[in-house]
Amino acid sequence: MLTLLFDGIAYGMLLFVLAVGLAVTLGLMNFINLAHGAFAMAGGYVTVLLMERLGVPFLWCLPAAFLFAAAAGALLERTLYRPMYARPHLDQVLFSIGLVFMAVAAVDYFLGARQQIIQLPVWLQGRFDLPYVDVGKYRLFIIVVCAVLTLALQWILTRTRFGSRLRASVDDPRVASGLGLNVNRIFLVTFAVGSGLAGLGGALGAEVLGLDPTFPLKFMIYFLIVVSVGGTTTITGPLLAALLLGIADVAGKYYVPKLGAFIVYSLMILILVWRPQGLFARAVSR
Amino acid sequence: MSDSRVADRAPGRPKPARDPLKGSTDVPVGQGAVISLRSQARWRWWEFALAVAAAASWFLLPAHTPLLTEIAILALFAISLDLVLGYAGIVSLGHTAFFGVGAYGAALFATHVMPDPLVGLVVAIAVSSVAGALSSVLIMRGSDLTRLMVTLGLALVLFELANKLDHITGGADGLQGAQMAPLLGSFEFDLQGRVAYAYCLVVLAVGVYFARRVVKSPFGVSLQALRDNRLRAASIGLAVNARLAAVYTVAAGLAGAAGALSAQKTGFAFASLDVLAFHQSADVMLMLVIGGTGYLYGGIFGAIIFKLLQDLISAWTPQYWTFWIGLFLIVLMLVGRERLIRPWTWWRGGSTR
Amino acid sequence: MSAVVLETKGLVKRFGGVTATDNVSLRVEQGARHALIGPNGAGKTTLINLLTGVLEPTAGSIALLGEDITTLAQHKRVRRGLVRTFQINQLFNELTPLQSLALTVTNQRGASTGWWRPLGRDAVVAETCDRLLRQFRLDDVMDRKTVVLPYGKRRLLEIAIAIACRPRVLLLDEPVAGVPEGERQEIFETIDALPADVSVLLIEHDMDLVFNFARTVSVLVNGAVFAEGDVQSISTDPRVKAVYLGEGHD
Repeated sequence: MLTLLFDGIAYGMLLFVLAVGLAVTLGLMNFINLAHGAFAMAGGYVTVLLMERLGVPFLWCLPAAFLFAAAAGALLERTLYRPMYARPHLDQVLFSIGLVFMAVAAVDYFLGARQQIIQLPVWLQGRFDLPYVDVGKYRLFIIVVCAVLTLALQWILTRTRFGSRLRASVDDPRVASGLGLNVNRIFLVTFAVGSGLAGLGGALGAEVLGLDPTFPLKFMIYFLIVVSVGGTTTITGPLLAALLLGIADVAGKYYVPKLGAFIVYSLMILILVWRPQGLFARAVSR
Repeated sequence: MSDSRVADRAPGRPKPARDPLKGSTDVPVGQGAVISLRSQARWRWWEFALAVAAAASWFLLPAHTPLLTEIAILALFAISLDLVLGYAGIVSLGHTAFFGVGAYGAALFATHVMPDPLVGLVVAIAVSSVAGALSSVLIMRGSDLTRLMVTLGLALVLFELANKLDHITGGADGLQGAQMAPLLGSFEFDLQGRVAYAYCLVVLAVGVYFARRVVKSPFGVSLQALRDNRLRAASIGLAVNARLAAVYTVAAGLAGAAGALSAQKTGFAFASLDVLAFHQSADVMLMLVIGGTGYLYGGIFGAIIFKLLQDLISAWTPQYWTFWIGLFLIVLMLVGRERLIRPWTWWRGGSTR
Repeated sequence: MSAVVLETKGLVKRFGGVTATDNVSLRVEQGARHALIGPNGAGKTTLINLLTGVLEPTAGSIALLGEDITTLAQHKRVRRGLVRTFQINQLFNELTPLQSLALTVTNQRGASTGWWRPLGRDAVVAETCDRLLRQFRLDDVMDRKTVVLPYGKRRLLEIAIAIACRPRVLLLDEPVAGVPEGERQEIFETIDALPADVSVLLIEHDMDLVFNFARTVSVLVNGAVFAEGDVQSISTDPRVKAVYLGEGHD
């Protein structure tokens, strides 16, 4: 049972890293970006390609995945996303669906539809057999990496100037811009970092979640759950939501495999009906 | 009580009659509003032309009936979404839930109860309407994102249900059921699908007529008021939640009708998981956006264009047509939906908003 | 002593640490021409939002025509005759003035749930709309979408819609905000022409209009009722002048 908890936490932390970019983007730009999963997929495939074609060690692929996804995010933000900020949500949704469709089809065309397998380095394979719990080495690695990232994010947000500018812009973009903050640049950097984190999450998660061209569509709902249940005004909200989701999903699939994801979706609906602004969000000025 | 005030007033202006809604005595009753309101309800020439074209297609294009039947079904589906999206302003990513409920409902009914198509259609509409009424509570509160989530979530829940309850629904293989009884007792579903197409056209026509009545009615205009300004709608005394529930129910019923048609059209009851898949919700939204929201016929034009596009692109690249649809979506959104249906604005710079 | 149509008792609204409405006990009498004035940020619009049900009070009660409406839904308050206008126009942008008014009038007659017959088929509705459109000088733009109308017309429509609701108590939130000098008088004359049994509570900054129109004035400062009385005594009250009119400017 503790093993389940451990696995659930690992899954949840992974989901958090994957989804945090989406949460911040939504809170900051009020933009519903359903294509967020495509950046995660990009990170995963970059890792696979680097490892298979160029023999790059796994650990080096992680920052590479981050950088590639961040660069892609920055480019797309500047060119395609920015004109869409002022549009109605329907347009944003359709736009991002279009991006997903393109990404999925392109990956399918160039790299095939099969599941990609990542060969983990030897020291990450296997597990520790502790008294009450089976600690998978890779899952432990995931938890450590994600925890470090979370702390780093929290530190950036609360201790740096960029962080306070970001928080100001999330709270009220008009006022922030009126105060002289370069809101455009904040958007760009934030979007890039968020996409980069998604890419990193995709690289980390390829072994655990599987990687194929349908990844963005399969996991889109999970990212959205994290964001809508966790709220977009804090970091801890999505973190808690992701952990909850991870544990619930792992436990659900183990105890009641027949119903599978059904439980998670139903829970989400109930939560959102009860608290439409999210379980952990505080009131926003918007 | 009011007379003491008159002394304070600036002299010279005659006091109008009591009730401002009855107007002052010097304002004659005109007919401007009467005429304008009457003309808004009148049928336009192109509505007749559309009906004639649809009927003509049955006679003139027998080789294309399978495609045309699909277009008719999707058009009805898209019109049902227009009620929710274009008229009530609710962004739903899971409208296919009701299409799927209608499809499975009709297929199961034909297989287990009776194979009469019309009775099955009525049952499917009833079941999906109930589903719509029940799920309408989900869309009453919350932001656009929340609504997106819950509608998407509902469709996914139903998909999972249909997937897991495979002893009822046939799971991933789909439900292949009984042969449909002849329509109205005498018209058997033929192999070329001409009976099916006529059936779908008639149902579509009835659906359009019904929807048209609704959107031109006070209820329909009140929906648009809700969409434009929910706060003001409540401030003039409109019960917002009740109306949302009502339109959601009606739209679900129409979507369910479309679903039933898709289950019955081959002459054999058939429903697969595809009717509940996410891409179906995305496709119907795309259709509606292509055709234009908020004037009722966007669903028809959108379905025609979408299906023709799909056929064209699939013939050229069968596996990767979603890429081109994705590209089309992106371009469409960047350019702006309103400009698509107004080709004369393509050469004009600046926004039309 | 005439009947009280709208009354609040100890109405309080707190947002976190901010008390926007501080123990307000207000009485609007039958047929009142009651102005609510006060410096910016005094909580006047918050009070209107509380009265109409847009906001829920933290404490206190509201009674309309003798019946408690503290927990009554917004649209039900309107049905009982409590109608308001908004300081910033809240209109139905994609509808035309004719459609907006036709909808409001139809709803007033209890027929807005009709889903079969077209809007405005009822001749009484159509003629009522026609009169309203002429009265508010909107007849020349009645078929244009509200979003393309100039500001002055939109303001007129804002008020026309409220009047179409047949209010018994009308809450006007700065009805002439943004309207040029020359047209203000016209709007006020329309409000003035309302029958005596319609009670009006009015938020306004234009002091000339207040003193021409109102009989009773309440002064709101920091969410609380600072002073209250008939228009003569308020206009000469030195405390009010100090807190509201500023350093002796007129």
